[in-house]
Amino acid sequence: MAAVILLGACGRAASGGTPRAPLRWGGDAEGGAPFVEADPSDPARVRGFDVEIAAMIAHGLGREPRFVQVAWASIEASVERGDFDVGMSGVEDRPELRARHAVSIPYFEFHEVLAVRPDDAGRLRTLADLAGRRVATLGATTAYRILLDARERYGVIPVSYDDDVHPYADLVAGRVDAVLLDDIIARRSLRRTGGFVIQPVPVATGHYVAVLARRNVALRDSVNAVLRSRMRDGSLERTFRAWGVWSDAEGRYFQRVLAESPPRAAAALSGATAARTYLPALLRAAVVTLLLSCLSMALAVAAGALVAAGRVYGPPLVRRLLGLYVEVTRGTPVLLQLFVIYYGLSGLVRLPAFAAAVLGLGLNYAAYESEIYRAALEAIPRSQLEAARTLGLSEGQILWLVRGPQALRLALAPMTNDFVALLKDSSLVSVITVVELTKQTAIYATNVGSWVVPGIVCAVVYLAFSLPLSHAARRLERRWSLA
Amino acid sequence: MSAGLAVRGLCVSRGARAVLRGVDLEVAPGELCALMGVSGAGKSTVLRAIAALQPFGEGSITVGGFALRPGPLPPESRLRELRSKVGMVFQAHSLFEHLTVLENVTLAPVHSLRWTRERAEEAALALLTALGVAARASARPRELSGGEAQRVAIARALALDPLVLLMDEPTSALDPARRRALGETLRALAKQGRGLLVATHDADFARAHADRVVVLADGVLVEQGEAREVLLRPAHRATRALLSAPDELAASPNPY
Repeated sequence: MAAVILLGACGRAASGGTPRAPLRWGGDAEGGAPFVEADPSDPARVRGFDVEIAAMIAHGLGREPRFVQVAWASIEASVERGDFDVGMSGVEDRPELRARHAVSIPYFEFHEVLAVRPDDAGRLRTLADLAGRRVATLGATTAYRILLDARERYGVIPVSYDDDVHPYADLVAGRVDAVLLDDIIARRSLRRTGGFVIQPVPVATGHYVAVLARRNVALRDSVNAVLRSRMRDGSLERTFRAWGVWSDAEGRYFQRVLAESPPRAAAALSGATAARTYLPALLRAAVVTLLLSCLSMALAVAAGALVAAGRVYGPPLVRRLLGLYVEVTRGTPVLLQLFVIYYGLSGLVRLPAFAAAVLGLGLNYAAYESEIYRAALEAIPRSQLEAARTLGLSEGQILWLVRGPQALRLALAPMTNDFVALLKDSSLVSVITVVELTKQTAIYATNVGSWVVPGIVCAVVYLAFSLPLSHAARRLERRWSLA
Repeated sequence: MSAGLAVRGLCVSRGARAVLRGVDLEVAPGELCALMGVSGAGKSTVLRAIAALQPFGEGSITVGGFALRPGPLPPESRLRELRSKVGMVFQAHSLFEHLTVLENVTLAPVHSLRWTRERAEEAALALLTALGVAARASARPRELSGGEAQRVAIARALALDPLVLLMDEPTSALDPARRRALGETLRALAKQGRGLLVATHDADFARAHADRVVVLADGVLVEQGEAREVLLRPAHRATRALLSAPDELAASPNPY
């Protein structure tokens, strides 16, 4: 209590002089209630228990809170850059976090719980029961790390999502067999959509903390003092009760926190160890990227050739429909198309993520390919086609033997260009849970807390794919033009 | 008549402009007929109509018993008989750039006549040898000289063994020695019993090699007869114009 009065006095003393700068705190309003959500009555404002705790901390320091919107996965990098002073939005305590940043005492204890479909409730109780099954979670979280361990130990198949809504939707839809996430998120989804049950025995326990830049140790200690006093005076309990996440176990946890001294920073993974640990995962992701790009390009080339042939040879109605396809596909973001194919169509066809990714990228690039082929086909002089006709070749033979091969030579350079672009655009499919090279690199970078090594490794792998491709295309082009 | 080429009352219009206004002409087997006229007289249009590359509004075209009718071009599937009876050598040769000389010549026998590749290649090499370009069999069209490309184009057109061979301005890019060699080649082809219709404005070439001359002016046939006769004693001013210097021709596009 004394500390609170003291702090309050300090704050007042400071604000009595020159007004102190507001306390900028970063969180992700997309994470939603009960953490941080846009206020339904005034979407310009945010509310949630993290919002209230941030306000408590700010006022405890004699400052005004000011919210900074940041993507959840970027909270740690942003706080280190100095975009804001404190990051808190369901940030999970873990050893690497403590090794790289200044971290507050935990202000909430949560449980990682398994959600399964009601029919499976009896047999899928623990991770060990989920051998060979797909288990969804949010990428770059403690739960994801638990699943990676479970892959080694039990053969569980982790599926990473960029948000915490779609894992449950896909659970109900049958695309995954279980979801491992915080109990708060699990219960929220149960209220919103339902259709699944939460297993009562938690898989693990975790804690929410506030994260600060490494150099901000002094501010971190002040934040800890405010948090401890708010635990003692019951303000935190009132907030958690108001948001419906309080339990008696939480009260017992608070007593333990107040009794013990702050935990010491645990040893972080060294750079070399981290690189070794992540290399197999990166290689697997690189194979996914390569396979995905090759299959998508094959689909794009085949579909693009059909569309181009339809637009050059087809009857007017077919031409118009194919033209519409090309315009709509080129005119809308591929990200949107991936969402529509994977989530939007899930009521009609339940495509596996990889198939949806190939389909989405392939059909998107088919529109571009078809325009290249159409232009190339139309660039072949009429006299070549007439010469072929006087030789008694059918229209199909002329296309296949005379017009197509010559058009292909014209199309080769722009096609190579598109393939290289596709190789990089394949990183977009992480939004529909396919973990490819860029996504895996982001996970790696989050865990080692630096983009330098992962970024270089990732760039080298992409170049290792694209450079030989351009080289081969150039050689082929030269051979065709010299011959 | 059924063995050769017969064109009756051929009319072609492009938009409102009448390009051909009732052309009658015949080419008998074994005959080399020169189709003469200044540029724009309609020579190429006659050849294109016979090769079913150009629809015509009125008249009829018969090649060895196969009849083309006025109206839109029929689909290629209904022209197979015509294609095997009429060969065409284009002014710019239009060889297929992505294929070798040999492949250019075997393309039609293999894919249109369904010959085996061996048989087609044997026949193609025989043709290329007869035309003196067998040494270039594995070359690509862009590596050939103008004269070589023309002989390859002739070989390609002959690969289907047509009754009638159409040639558009074959002498335009040849020096006098090559022109003479071409004339001898064409005479040899006529001797095999083929009918040759050669569009040209080269009076010397026609006089030296053609059996018969038909003169086209402004879409109408104005004079025809034995080559020497017509070209020594031209009855029509269009023919006389053809016999004068080429630069004067260019100055008077309309001989009327």
